[in-house]
Amino acid sequence: MREGAAFRTDPRLLEASGLRLSKQGVALLNIDKLVLDGAGPTLILGPNGAGKSLLLRCLHGMIQPDAGEVRQGGRRLDSLACGRQAMVFQQPVLLRRTVQANLDYVLRRQGLSRMARAERCAELLDMGGLAPRARQWARSLSGGEAQRLAVLRALACDPEILFLDEPSSALDPASTKAVEALVRQAHERGTRVVMVTHDVGQARRLAGDVLVLHRGEVMEHTPAAEFFDRPRSRAARCFLEGRLIL
Amino acid sequence: MLLSLRVSLLAVVFAALIGLPLGAALAVGRFPGRRALIILVNALMGLPPVVVGLLVYLALSRSGPFGVLGLLYTPTAMIIAQVVLVTPIIAALTRQTVEMLDAEYAETLRSLGVSRLASVPTLLWDGRLALMTALLAGFGRAIAEVGAVMIVGGNINHVTRVMTTTIALETSKGNLALALALGAVLVILSVLITGAVSMAGMRSASQEVRHA
Repeated sequence: MREGAAFRTDPRLLEASGLRLSKQGVALLNIDKLVLDGAGPTLILGPNGAGKSLLLRCLHGMIQPDAGEVRQGGRRLDSLACGRQAMVFQQPVLLRRTVQANLDYVLRRQGLSRMARAERCAELLDMGGLAPRARQWARSLSGGEAQRLAVLRALACDPEILFLDEPSSALDPASTKAVEALVRQAHERGTRVVMVTHDVGQARRLAGDVLVLHRGEVMEHTPAAEFFDRPRSRAARCFLEGRLIL
Repeated sequence: MLLSLRVSLLAVVFAALIGLPLGAALAVGRFPGRRALIILVNALMGLPPVVVGLLVYLALSRSGPFGVLGLLYTPTAMIIAQVVLVTPIIAALTRQTVEMLDAEYAETLRSLGVSRLASVPTLLWDGRLALMTALLAGFGRAIAEVGAVMIVGGNINHVTRVMTTTIALETSKGNLALALALGAVLVILSVLITGAVSMAGMRSASQEVRHA
């Protein structure tokens, strides 16, 4: 908890209530109450089609649910969650510009001066180990580098909450490690991290708490230490034992 | 020759000023009648130059609505006619390019807090290579065109005679050698310009994939 939390709501507090989303009569999301107030990072586990990505997009304000609302720091999320939240997608979409220009694009939107932008840009590139690539075209980066740049771009706007949607599902172990290192750094700097993954190992490495989603419903939401010892739900047990859950 | 270039280049510039934003608006905007407008713009790509020439002629002639401006049989009239011809080409190709790019970018830009309207400059800039091709297509149409400039320009020597109208005139006079020579010059000119622009485009494209 940050100092002064007793007096004002933590701006990183994320709550969702009565979240419903269905398409053609099929319920995709059905979540009565979800509160993310722990230290995190929060890892969301679940099979394909469980609604993980949908949940993330709802929390990020990119999809309007049929019913229910999302609140950050006690305030309703506007449809464009500028500045306070950022998201990294499974497939990074980088602008057709240089690595540097990709970061500058985000920084410029915050109205920073040229000096401040250059400084912050160099700092970010250093953090992601992309400094030697600064002037290279972003589209020519390898998959791992591209995803690192996407994480850096998300962090460039100093978000209070960082969402990641299976950021390393297409990456090799070394690149995965690099992305996880960035995520950990963001977490240590006080950003709330909410991340979807398929990889139980990754959840073990990163999670502060784990949320298991199955068929659009929250099966359980447990602190990591407890989760990996004694998962409460059957879905979670199956997931941990490496069995298939259908 | 210089008049040909001046008329066609200026026409492309003005057509780009109208066509790029129009195409981008059609790609990004969501408003009633959008689909109809897209079909209309696409259909207008096939406008017959002679008909455009005739309509611009009617508009600019002494008794027409813009007759008082006295623009008929001036290079300005020719530029106007070519802008009418080229704008739909640029707008339609821009619409297609920007729409495809938007399909890729929309989610990311939205996540970064960029509104739909604010994403237009980003999309135009990031689509610059493909958009260059759209401009070239427009230029190709303008520089090669006879019918419209003949009607509104009048093919007046030293005033509104461009290369295509000269070639048409010399051919009908039977000066086939001269017509052929002028034709060769026109082809070289057109190929040089489009070639130079696409080479510049290709160079930056290859830079993009280098180190891949």
